[in-house]
Amino acid sequence: MLIALDFSAVLASWPLLVRGVVWTIGLTIVGTVLGLLLGTACAWARARNLGHRPTALRWAVASYVELVRNTPFIVQLFFLFFGLPALGLKLSPEFASVLAMVINLGAYSAEIIRAGIEATPRGQIEAAHGLALTPGQTFRRVVLPPALQKVWPAMVSQIIIVMLGSAVCGQISTPELSYAANLISSNTFRAFEAFILATAVYLVLSMLTRRLLMWIGARFLVGR
Amino acid sequence: MVEFSLWDILRNLLLAARWTVSLSLIAFIGGGLVGLVLLVLRLSKLRGVDRAVGAYVQVFQGTPLLMQLFLAYFGIALFGIKTSPWTAAAVALTLYTSAYLTEIWRGCVASIPKGQWEAAQSLALNFGEQLRHVVLPQALRIAVPPTVGFLVQVIKGTALASVIGFVELTKAGSMISNATYQPFLVYACVALLYFALCFPVSLVAQSLERKLHGNRR
Repeated sequence: MLIALDFSAVLASWPLLVRGVVWTIGLTIVGTVLGLLLGTACAWARARNLGHRPTALRWAVASYVELVRNTPFIVQLFFLFFGLPALGLKLSPEFASVLAMVINLGAYSAEIIRAGIEATPRGQIEAAHGLALTPGQTFRRVVLPPALQKVWPAMVSQIIIVMLGSAVCGQISTPELSYAANLISSNTFRAFEAFILATAVYLVLSMLTRRLLMWIGARFLVGR
Repeated sequence: MVEFSLWDILRNLLLAARWTVSLSLIAFIGGGLVGLVLLVLRLSKLRGVDRAVGAYVQVFQGTPLLMQLFLAYFGIALFGIKTSPWTAAAVALTLYTSAYLTEIWRGCVASIPKGQWEAAQSLALNFGEQLRHVVLPQALRIAVPPTVGFLVQVIKGTALASVIGFVELTKAGSMISNATYQPFLVYACVALLYFALCFPVSLVAQSLERKLHGNRR
């Protein structure tokens, strides 16, 4: 090896890293909450076993889901951040990042939640109708909780993928973890050290997030 | 100022899309080969190997692909090897793909009933023969739909190679958008080209999956 590793300069910039981690966690929390809401709404619109939906709505949701799932996140982000100002809609880097994450997770979680909804036994929906529950009540109280419970492990993986995907948001200067690593590497010229440290932090973050989300699932989804 | 027509933009993007396609193919084929080796290592039940492969998978699935690309780009240079964005991207994407594919295939092998292994063993087949003649042919049938589905992830993953300066579809999009001042149009075209690449693959994966499950019913 030609160059010895030296972490001292990189570790000295720890406030930048901490700020980056805080931003990454913040982006992930906001993106996840809003993304899951959007995904649930889209799953409701696309599910085949919940009665009739207008064809236009089905088509709109289906095209949204397929468009997002078949294009890279970085292109979605660049389109929002660089493309939309041409139409007079200027977004801050932070807002564009959150918006891109919500749109992205919304499409993926829609498909995951839909799979859970469509696995609902027909009799349960009929029983809810028999008890004179409105379609809204049926969805919220009978269909959705067990559906979420069934697909929660897949959901957790997807949330983690979105969190790791947020590394791209640094490219439009959102001050998250990978942006901090970039900044430190250009301040200290210790590129490899900066990136390996950031990568290790991401690894820890993703392991902790998985544990936390599985705990949340067991605590709030199964216990009903 | 030079005027750029839509055709100028599209033509240049299409030329750049060749690189997206070649990078995807290299990563997918290379990742498949490495993934297969890892799978065999993992199934061989050698002491410690199983854990090592598990850790490898965890590291690649638990860190951003973007960081892996940066590490490959700066890491290879650290060994005194002159590196280009092209090699760094190919190496990083190959390793990333191998981690996912080996994990997907492990799941497929795990779904083969234990009795198949035991039956093969009782016919005095050795480990290699058990894999080659009994387990892998059955696992392969289940493995095809998710493997094709993962190809979509690989194609989308190549977009990140633009960040380390590899000129593929996304990077070309940025460059053209800087030259034409038409970011909305250019990025819309880039997105549509990715869609045109990925959506057919997604459809194939879906129909393969439906066929597979149709057989079971």
